[in-house]
Amino acid sequence: MPTSRIAVAIALVVLALVVQVSLLTRLALPGATPDLLLLVVVALALAHGPGFGLVTGFAAGLASDLAPPADHTIGRWAFVLTLIGYGAGLAKGETRRSAFVPLLVVAVAAAASVLLYAGLGALISDPHVSWPRVYQLLPTAVIYDVVLGPFVVSAVLLLVRRFEPDPAYRR
Amino acid sequence: MNRDTRRTRLLLALLLVTSVALITVDYRGGDSSPLSGLRWLAATVFGPIEQATSSIASPISSAVDNISHLGNGKDRINSLTRQNQELRRRLRTSQLDRNRAAELDKLLRTAGAGRYRVLPAQVIAVGPAQSFSWTVTIDAGSQDGITPDMTVLNGDGLVGRVKTVGPTTATVLLVVDPESAVGVRLEATMQVGITSGQGISDHSRLSMQLLDSQSDVKPGDRVVTFGSQGDSPYVPGVPVGVVTSVQGSPGSLTRTASVDPYVDFTSLDLVAVVVQPPRHNPRDSVLPPRPSPSSSPSPSGTASGTPSNRKHRSPPSTASGG
Repeated sequence: MPTSRIAVAIALVVLALVVQVSLLTRLALPGATPDLLLLVVVALALAHGPGFGLVTGFAAGLASDLAPPADHTIGRWAFVLTLIGYGAGLAKGETRRSAFVPLLVVAVAAAASVLLYAGLGALISDPHVSWPRVYQLLPTAVIYDVVLGPFVVSAVLLLVRRFEPDPAYRR
Repeated sequence: MNRDTRRTRLLLALLLVTSVALITVDYRGGDSSPLSGLRWLAATVFGPIEQATSSIASPISSAVDNISHLGNGKDRINSLTRQNQELRRRLRTSQLDRNRAAELDKLLRTAGAGRYRVLPAQVIAVGPAQSFSWTVTIDAGSQDGITPDMTVLNGDGLVGRVKTVGPTTATVLLVVDPESAVGVRLEATMQVGITSGQGISDHSRLSMQLLDSQSDVKPGDRVVTFGSQGDSPYVPGVPVGVVTSVQGSPGSLTRTASVDPYVDFTSLDLVAVVVQPPRHNPRDSVLPPRPSPSSSPSPSGTASGTPSNRKHRSPPSTASGG
């Protein structure tokens, strides 16, 4: 595995996480917060496949569980984003077939992340999780991510190809 | 690693099991979780990056905040007119610095009225809505003398308490978080209750459970903190909010009331951490002046904590919020 690929992934995850908590959440948009970290994980998984996707997802999720102001049980986002990184990676081969595949993957990932995270919370009887609130967050989470998705995914793919030493990746 | 091989699936299983193990260990550990060292490490790494990002991002977020707070129709014209004036004024002076100065001024007045020793701090990060918890990060940490369970307030009233501390940052649990419970007292009538958070999206209210079911509470009553044992996590006398509605009649088993907090939790910026509690319970002296023509301004003083001349009873020491 080329080190430049790992370096790009780490840089993107850190950037996405910090921009999310220091800028996107502070905009106080109605409903959910645009999940930049999820989009970066999905984009990297679409670029490199399920194996890279799940490792990136785990690392990004763990960072999101630990970085301030996170206060929930450690490991919840790690679990959710591992699954999402793996799932998005499976769609890697399909991305060349249609431009709508990444968009569909983003929409499914956005909905799945909210539901999985809340479900894990319900399992450990987290007082924060109330299902009316989950359903209230769900539409805006999907909308924001689908709107931001094309920009983030194409930017990440551009960056990945730029730093990819393996010519097989370049189109 | 490009294809979905057996090795990939094994890795998937391994990482999922690791996540579940982390959840189990952290959940069982609770506040004394063995993984809290990891949080400290993450705060050390991410804290400075969040501070840097926040200083770049705050003009952007305040600009967007202005736009999203516009009303409809006539309100919109009014606010646009006001915004126009605002923009003209901003040409001459930096509005952001002025806002900060005004906020700091108000904060010091609140701290002075209650004679708390406070440390001002800036909110640098907010938890995403999808995580369901209401926490913010401030740019002051253990190096500034912050320890867990300190009270956090701003110029309007009670914000929350310090939950975890990093070297240069600290995470604050807001009072609107469902996990947060605050011992409170109704202004003047001395009745005691406990507020718990309901999150921000649902009408942004706190729910207050009164300990005495016979108590006479009505909309408009104002609520201050009761003060926890040893003034930690909540110091007494911090304004919390106004009662907006009361459920249940006097004499029923429980009485609950909705409290509208003074603090606007969607636009938190400058806050203060109480590093030294007041020597005397300030009672209601920190509450803003009543909105009637005959109201007198609240007493103001310095933030240094000089003993007051008024005769105070010693602070109540039983109720705890935590």
